[in-house]
Amino acid sequence: MNVLWLIMICVSIVFAIFTGNLEAFTKSIFDGAKSAVEVSLYLLGIISVWMGITKILEDSGLIYRIAHLFKPLICRLFKNIPGDHPSITAITLNVLANLFGLGNAATPLGIQAMQDLDALNEDKGTITPEMMTFIVINTASIQLIPFSVIGILASYGHSNPAAVVLPVLIATAISTMTALLVLAAFRRIFR
Amino acid sequence: MISTIEYLSLLIIPLFILFTVLYGTFKKVRVYDSFVAGAKEGPAIILKIFPYLLTIFVAIKGFQASGAFDYLRDAFYRVFAFLGVPIEAVSMAIVKPLSGSASTALFTDIVQTAGVDSMATYMSAVIMGSAETTFYVLAIYLGAVSIKKTRYLVPVCLIADFIGILVAVTVAKWFF
Repeated sequence: MNVLWLIMICVSIVFAIFTGNLEAFTKSIFDGAKSAVEVSLYLLGIISVWMGITKILEDSGLIYRIAHLFKPLICRLFKNIPGDHPSITAITLNVLANLFGLGNAATPLGIQAMQDLDALNEDKGTITPEMMTFIVINTASIQLIPFSVIGILASYGHSNPAAVVLPVLIATAISTMTALLVLAAFRRIFR
Repeated sequence: MISTIEYLSLLIIPLFILFTVLYGTFKKVRVYDSFVAGAKEGPAIILKIFPYLLTIFVAIKGFQASGAFDYLRDAFYRVFAFLGVPIEAVSMAIVKPLSGSASTALFTDIVQTAGVDSMATYMSAVIMGSAETTFYVLAIYLGAVSIKKTRYLVPVCLIADFIGILVAVTVAKWFF
């Protein structure tokens, strides 16, 4: 992240100087700060709601039951999660939320999953293989139906907006699989 | 078929909440108090995520405003042009990993200017549906647990994104 951020900032400033976009660049920095505040406020609401729901899941013991149920499936991808750990529930719910395109639920559940996975982390501050697998699955995006895309196509009078469903499904399936393969390859190289 | 799935996805969260609350009550949990106790943890998490989000947003916005983004897009376009990829799809491929709201705005714009039945629209639709806002996900998920050493995660995500776009372009060409 350090390298990436450094490159983005330096390249941007050099470009801004050469293209005469300095004013726009400076303004955009504060725009970025503003949208970070807006997104954070928005997230504050939905994360708190999901934390509330999760707490009921925890107190009632349902979280362990769900974990137990989905353990065989999840543990194929995440090898070092012990027993009926709560992280299994968070990962399962996050994947389901992503599949059904429920963005409002997917992000808070993903954060929950990261926290649960961090509870298993012995070297805090350093990423674990399980976290990497989880993040790669999330950045590769797994979605059954792209509702927002269909919505926009429909609103502009497309005769059959659902025609994009199958290609999108095939594309996400292949790209998620290749993402996991790339991760596996890197894991082998940097063991 | 689509409307059934859409209805199902509308149903899934309310049903899940109902089930959770009823199961909790059945297990003698004071659900109201539990919910409040859980919600109390929300602000602490946001405080943790906020600086990460801010840092990445500043870089992304600056990158777009400085003209560096347009240059990157043109460079990519030259590479993809001989594959017959429209410039709109190239823009989408670069915007989507950076920003969710910007990619929605761009997609609407592409549909308007290129037409609903154009190749540019189809290809952008497949890219938009199959790619994810990688930088946002990285900032939030890593920020939530204060991960500093990300090892080889970032290169993996970027390579995977690039392959994902190639896949999306190929699939779109094959279908339409």
